[in-house]
Amino acid sequence: MSQDAQKTPYNPPALEFKSSTFSVPVLVISSNDLIIIEQQLQAKVLLAPEFFKNSPLVLDIQELNKQSIEIDVVAVIEVIRKLGLLPIGIRGGDALQNEKAIALGIPLHSIHTSSTTIDAKKPKTLTPEPETKDLLQTGTTVITQPIRSGQRVYAAGDLVIIAQVSAGTEILAEGNIHVYGTLRGRALAGVQGNTEARIFCTDLQAELISIAGNYKISEDLNPSIRNTPVQIYLDKQTLVIKEI
Amino acid sequence: MARIIVVTSGKGGVGKTTTSAAIAMGLAKKGHKTAVIDFDVGLRNLDLIMGCERRVVYDFINVINGEASLNQALIKDKNCNLLYILAASQTRDKDALSQEGVGKVLEDLSKDFKYIVCDSPAGIERGAHLAMYFADDAFVVTNPEVSSVRDSDRMLGILSSKSRRAEQNKEPIKEYLLLTRYSPERVKLGEMLSVDDVQEILSLHLLGVIPESKSVLNASNSGIPVILDEKSDAGQAYADIVARYLGENKPHRFIDDKKGFFGKLFGGK
Ligand SMILES: Nc1ncnc2c1ncn2[C@@H]1O[C@H](COP(=O)(O)OP(=O)(O)OP(=O)(O)O)[C@@H](O)[C@H]1O
Ligand SMILES: [Mg+2]
Repeated sequence: MSQDAQKTPYNPPALEFKSSTFSVPVLVISSNDLIIIEQQLQAKVLLAPEFFKNSPLVLDIQELNKQSIEIDVVAVIEVIRKLGLLPIGIRGGDALQNEKAIALGIPLHSIHTSSTTIDAKKPKTLTPEPETKDLLQTGTTVITQPIRSGQRVYAAGDLVIIAQVSAGTEILAEGNIHVYGTLRGRALAGVQGNTEARIFCTDLQAELISIAGNYKISEDLNPSIRNTPVQIYLDKQTLVIKEI
Repeated sequence: MARIIVVTSGKGGVGKTTTSAAIAMGLAKKGHKTAVIDFDVGLRNLDLIMGCERRVVYDFINVINGEASLNQALIKDKNCNLLYILAASQTRDKDALSQEGVGKVLEDLSKDFKYIVCDSPAGIERGAHLAMYFADDAFVVTNPEVSSVRDSDRMLGILSSKSRRAEQNKEPIKEYLLLTRYSPERVKLGEMLSVDDVQEILSLHLLGVIPESKSVLNASNSGIPVILDEKSDAGQAYADIVARYLGENKPHRFIDDKKGFFGKLFGGK
């Protein structure tokens, strides 16, 4: 395993620059109403509080500037920070906005990053960094390892888990969620608002289930559906849990 | 090439150090040259349980810092000449452990030892992370109660994602469940989770169940790993665990209420 019996230098260098690409959620703002921004962002955060806690984020104000809508960059950044997110960059700003951002210690990002192509597909959405690689960009994410307490998974498309999902976890998908195993954590399907999304699982003991923001907590789940395969879908804003 | 075993849990006080001492002794007694390392910098107590606290001259951190050689720091066990202890420092702060330093020590030990047992500190911070990072096998020590099970679950997540094996896309760490301080009477009263409950939550290979036992305290007071107390239930449970780990087929014991027999006799369920 450790074939390289390399000697460590006596005084190893203390630092090194490495180039690395990260995928970071981009928050595209399309309104300059701070109250509305705060409300909507808060709603997103509440959907997956563990996921968003201290999550880095790049603020994108290109859309506003295109439409010449003025925005108070300093105030927006304050709102974002207040909700527990950590802005680490801004893009699409004009000279004055950029100057203000830098004064707050927030670096500028050019629009022509590799992630632009991804954003182009789904503008105006918050795309948190998936912990697990997608098979296809928005296809199906298949996971065969158990999801353990403290872990979270985000899938841009459907999410299929062929193992158990422990309590204290969060699994999120923009599409459907399938769990072939016991589901004990929080499962949120259709997190970008897809009301057609469904959750399927072989044993429902979840802490919370949600489809497009309509949720039920474990207390509200009928114990009679335990240990039976179920599907969960939305019928006019009401979550329906049905035996399969 | 040594096999590196981490004894870990997440939650504190569940029996990691007791287990590390017992299985290291058990492996050595079976004829395998074994080293046991205390990763609990600042709170060392493996040396107390091994009864070598008065023979510590140099510790793990001294070796990492190049202030002592491994040979100077390794303490030969008084009961078994195939077992060596690398004590933790009581005086240094936790940051003294570096990933590079730990990796180097483990690599050097690997040349000479068959098994290296790493006694992890509680928590999921630096010390615990470094104790598991280089592991090949993980003994996840769990007590039959909800908070301990939850912490073990969390540790399993970390083992599968933040270890060297995970980072290098190698075969994952082999994970084993050790259920300790088990009391069938209390399970019966509904005060504790049963073996089945814990296994259902963690879905993990059960290496063995160690009963709650006075012999553990007696052993640690006299500085002799409990596995050497061959008459004790806990000692036998650890001996079974070592045997199973080495591939022997041993039926599980200490799971049922001792009084179960009479219960059956008198028509209980
Ligand atoms: N099977 C057992 N029966 C009775 N007591 C036990 C048993 N196992 C451990 N103990 C007791 O539990 C206490 C904690 O054990 P130990 O120090 O091994 O735990 P630990 O997980 O290493 O703790 P820490 O997280 O502080 O390092 C000790 O007092 C020990 O004697
Ligand atoms: Mg300990």
